Parts: sequence; C-alpha cells; structure tokens
Amino acid sequence: MYYASIFTDYFKTYLKTRMTYRADFLIEVVTDLLFQLTNLFFILVVFLHTSSLGGWSIYEMLFIYGYFMIPYGIFTCFLNLWSFNERYIVKGEMDRILTRPAHNLVQLVLENMDPASLFGSITGFIIMGYAWLQLDVGFVWYDPFVLVLMVIGSVLIYAGVYITITSLSFFSDSPTGITPMIWNIQNYGRYPVDIYNKVIKFTLTWLLPFAFVGVYPASFFLDKDISQGFALLTPVVGIVFFSIGFVVWNVGVNRYKGAGS
Amino acid sequence: MFPMFSAYIDMIRIRFLMMLAYRVNYYSGIIIYAINIGAYYFLWKAIFGSNETLGEFTVLQMTTYVAVSWMARAFYFNNLDREIANEIKDGSVAVQLTKPYPYLIFKMMQGLGEGLFRLLLFSVPGMVIVTLLFQIELPTQFDVWVIFMVMIFFSFLINSQINLLTGMFAFFVENNEGLMRFKRIAVDLFSGLIIPISFFPGWAQGILEWLPFQAITYLPASVFTGRVVGDAIYNAFIVQVIWFVVLSVPIYVIWKMARRRLVVQGG
Repeated sequence: MYYASIFTDYFKTYLKTRMTYRADFLIEVVTDLLFQLTNLFFILVVFLHTSSLGGWSIYEMLFIYGYFMIPYGIFTCFLNLWSFNERYIVKGEMDRILTRPAHNLVQLVLENMDPASLFGSITGFIIMGYAWLQLDVGFVWYDPFVLVLMVIGSVLIYAGVYITITSLSFFSDSPTGITPMIWNIQNYGRYPVDIYNKVIKFTLTWLLPFAFVGVYPASFFLDKDISQGFALLTPVVGIVFFSIGFVVWNVGVNRYKGAGS
Repeated sequence: MFPMFSAYIDMIRIRFLMMLAYRVNYYSGIIIYAINIGAYYFLWKAIFGSNETLGEFTVLQMTTYVAVSWMARAFYFNNLDREIANEIKDGSVAVQLTKPYPYLIFKMMQGLGEGLFRLLLFSVPGMVIVTLLFQIELPTQFDVWVIFMVMIFFSFLINSQINLLTGMFAFFVENNEGLMRFKRIAVDLFSGLIIPISFFPGWAQGILEWLPFQAITYLPASVFTGRVVGDAIYNAFIVQVIWFVVLSVPIYVIWKMARRRLVVQGG
C-alpha cells in the first residue's frame, strides 16, 4: 500500500509535467509510434514481393511484430534508464535516492516512468489481434492467460538485461556505449530466429535472450512446432534474467560511493 | 571567396579533431552499424529465399546495397538540425551572426569535418569488417569508386541542406522537435535506406522520384551495386546536382527572412 500511494503521487506529477506542454507531448507520442511503425512498413512492402519469409506468412510476421510491441512498450514505460549514468552517477543524484526510505530501484522506476509509451503496446495489441483474426490458428480459453504470462516473462527479460547493463555504471562511470548496442541487438527478436546463423541464434536464445521478447512467445499462439517448445520457457528465462539483474544491481549499489563534492 | 578558404579548412579540421578526442564513442558505433547491417543481411537473405531476383535486385546486389547504404549513412549523417535549433533556442546564434563568415556554411563545414571523421575511422574499417563477415560484392572498376565517392559527397550536401532547413524552422516556432523527428523518419524511409525504392508500389515510386530523399541513399547505392551503369550513372548524378541547386533556394530565402525576425530571449 505504501508503494501504491507513492506510485499515485509520482503519476500525478508526471501528468502535471507532461500536460504543461500538450502539443510537445502529442508530437512525441506520435513520432515515437511512427518510428516503431517503420518496421511494419518494411514487412508490408516486402510481402508485396514474396509470400513467405523463411516459411512465415505475412500474418504470422505481423503477429510477431504486434506481440513484440506489447512487452517493449511496458518495459519502456517502467524502465527508462537510458540516462542513468549521466543523471544519477555523474551528477550524483543517486545520493538523493539512497537517503530515502523506498527501495532505490522502485524510486528510479517511478521517477523515470513514461506511461506514454504504452500507446505502443496498445498499437501492438491491435496489430496482433488483427493478424490473429486473419490466421486460422483458433482461440482457446487459456490463450489470454498464457499471453499475460508470456508478456510478463518478456518484460522481465528486458528488465533483467537492462538492469544488469545499467548496473555497470556503478563499477565504471565512463560511458561504454554498450546500451545502444544491446538496444540494436534486441530488434533481431522481431523476426523468426531460424533466418539467422547458428551463432546469432544461440546468442538470442541463451546469452541475450531477445528471441523471448518476440518470436518464441508469439509462436506459441501460431502453433509453430519449431519454436513452440521454447515458447513455454519464456517466463522461466524471464525470472532467471531478472534475478541476475537484481543481484548485480544490489552489488552495484553497495559499491556506490557518490560523486564527491 | 578565396581568403575564406583556409578558414573553411580550419573549421573542418577543428571539428575532425574534436571528434577524434571523443573517439571511444565511435568504437561502439562501428559495432552498432555492423549489428544493423547483419540484421538486414539475414532478413533479406530469408526474404529472397529461392527467388533469383526481387524488386529488380539479385541477392548479392541486395546484401551489397544494405552494407554500402549503412556505411554511406555514417558519412552523410549529422545532427546539424539539432545543433542549429539549439543555438537558436539558447540565443548563441546571435553571437555566431557577428562572426565574419556565413553561419550556414560554417555549420556545413562542421558537418563535413564530422562526416570525414566517420568516413575514415568508421566507414572504411566497417566496410572491411562487413566484407569479411558477409557475402557482398564490391565494384571492380576504379571509376565506379570515384563516381560513388563524388555521389556520397552530394548525399552529404543534400542531407545537410535538409537538416539546415529543418533546423532553421526553430526561428519561426518555439519547438521544432516534432519536425526534426519526422524528418529523421522520412530520410531513413524514403531515401531507400530501409527498403530500396524499387521495392515500393508503383504509385509510391512515382511520388518518391519527385522528392530529394532518393538522392541521399538510393542513387549512390544503386551505382555502387552496379544496378545503374553507363550513361545512367551520369543521369543519377545530375539528379543529385539538381537537388543541391534547388534546395539552395529555400535555404537562402528562409535564412534572409529568419535573420530579420530573429528574437533572442533573455540575455
């Protein structure tokens, strides 16, 4: 309950700051969405020329694409840690966070949350729903529950990977450029992993498990044999990676000494 | 003009050295471009599947196109729009206007310094890595390389001109963030970086032929991949030159208008 009331207060602050510049807010939401939709455009144009991409039809691709947007939107809403190094380590704002009673990670999440990115999740859900209707894969009563479980798993994977990387700031305060690298790799998860070579496939499954934020969980609903077995692993991989992230983060916080002066 | 020449060279040189001082940021940049090229490389291979040609491309031409488009982007890409908009917003443009050189050319030179830095320390090693990792086909004729180099210089000019126009918009509205973001999406999408223009539906190709974006990526990359040969190469080049001249007009006009109505906030 304590955290719920903090959440409400932070959310109110968020609304007040964003609503001060409504036009800017709207433009930002629209352009962010357009930026994500360039990939949709890519899929649509490509399928004007071919009927299958590595054995996947256009609606199956759209389904994966739509699914990919859902956990991504939720993740960017709550774990907006892009500028953590500059803002909290270099400028020393982490000191302020650590003197307060709420858990430091919770405060960071709430201070940087960006509910506007949930528009992306909604768009993704609509695209996925549309593709679902076009595909002849059926609908079972437990599908919505499995979907929720998969999305939670995928969000935990994002969270785990990015919290681990962000924790590196505690060990070295020089910018490493590693976050944008990972961000670019995650886009591989939007497409069927079988199109990549073995090394990339292995990396996307076990090392940086971004196949679990897109193609694997989505293929559960598409009845694709090749990766359906992996689909059910999504929540497990999520929990494992999130735990790693959380442990590394806490070790990092204990090492934190402040920026001086 | 000529006394200014050495000043321009210095502007390029200083920006180049500035980039060199922060080069660590660029090592990760090479990897990011390799990651992007890799993603599209495998994607296009899967899209082609058993097809010999698609959208007037062979597989080999397509993978080469992807690699060279991204490497060319490293050269022509810059944030001049954002830099100009920021200088207008924080008022430092007023100081720039008192300097004895034209502000917009000064910005272009800075962009060129940045571009040359990335060309030498980024595109060239990047292209070597990409050639080793992926199956692509480099041109064998020397003159194709020369004309390609000239063409990506024009890509830089045209892309920078579009950036100048977008950036100068900050003179007229308080926040041009949205326009800058739209521009970025438009350049990536309509220049043929993400999908070659010959893949677009006919009506879209018709529209894109009348826009400057194709001159940034599609035309030079088509020459590089050997899809455009003989006299058609010169036609492609002339299209670039025409766009360079055409875009200079609105830049000149808007610049004249903007200088007259410049209001610097605070002091």
